[in-house]
Amino acid sequence: MRIGILYSRIRRDEKLLLEELRDRGHEIEKIDVRKQRFGLESTTANVADLDLVVDRCLSTSRSLYATKFLDSYGVPVVNSPETGDVCADKAKNSLALAEADVPTPATEVAFTKEAAMEAIESFGYPCVLKPVVGSWGRLMAKIDTRSAAEAILEHKETLGHYEHKVFYVQEFVDKPGRDVRVVAVDGEPVAAMTRSSEHWLTNAAKGGTTESFDVDDRALELVERASAAVGGGMLGIDLMEVGGEGSGEYTVHEVNHTVEFKALTEASDVDVPARVVDWLESKAEAFAAESDGSNGDGSGDADADEVVL
Amino acid sequence: MTTDTDPVLAEDPITGEEIELPADVEVGEIIDSPVTGTELEVISLDPVTLEEAPELEEDWGE
Repeated sequence: MRIGILYSRIRRDEKLLLEELRDRGHEIEKIDVRKQRFGLESTTANVADLDLVVDRCLSTSRSLYATKFLDSYGVPVVNSPETGDVCADKAKNSLALAEADVPTPATEVAFTKEAAMEAIESFGYPCVLKPVVGSWGRLMAKIDTRSAAEAILEHKETLGHYEHKVFYVQEFVDKPGRDVRVVAVDGEPVAAMTRSSEHWLTNAAKGGTTESFDVDDRALELVERASAAVGGGMLGIDLMEVGGEGSGEYTVHEVNHTVEFKALTEASDVDVPARVVDWLESKAEAFAAESDGSNGDGSGDADADEVVL
Repeated sequence: MTTDTDPVLAEDPITGEEIELPADVEVGEIIDSPVTGTELEVISLDPVTLEEAPELEEDWGE
């Protein structure tokens, strides 16, 4: 398999993938997204003869545009731009989960301070205010009082990117000091861990401690449905236990599309990179079969001379 | 002639000191400067060149 790794920096996660791919004798094209140009018909990226490109861009915006362009050239890419589009935006994420009847925290979006304040007051305190685009627990606010709400809304409305004026208000879920991260490929769990913290934010990136977690039937069902709801792919599905630790009942608050797994490889006995590469191999085969099937009209097949600038 | 097990040495662009990199270092990899803790990015392997890594951006993450 000839596989492209689309990246902006090589983290431990990418190194683990590269090691596994090389061990299996796959040919690797490392594509630094910062150095490429993407035209309407072609790109400087050397993607012409690749069986698959894996999107490992750290930057959400670059990930979304680069995969969209590659997809437009007929280059097989995971995750797909459609999955990225839903996962990168918390509001779209919540809508997709709700539309698929996946239990997810009550959420409202508003566009002015006044309307956002109404949403906050209707949820009551505490509730949570999150940026619609963001990760690693950054700029997330647990709001305990009206005065705090007023201050935070003021700041968001005044400072920063226009997206901060999309107020994404969510009920506060009283989770048992931990949440659950399941890494799955097309809905099939690869491995899972809990992330625990005294702080209400349990992200591993914020110092949450991790432990392996056995996915029970209910969590498995929700992982499958949440994955399907956003278009499948290699995903990090985040669940919170409702009704206490080990309750077996969950709400799914987020699905991540450029998932990190170094913390998971440390917490779990599963060889995560190996399972991921297994999946990449199967995706490359599926794309090839699809492309062979559609070779009548040549669509979906990136011919060498068409793609490269 | 260098072998696979020889240490990979590079100059820390911040302090000018020589620092040792992992033998399997990759272009694009991030190395924490042992002296200043600054994130350094491996720009090339031939010769081995480091630069200060780009700052965290607001849309970085999963």
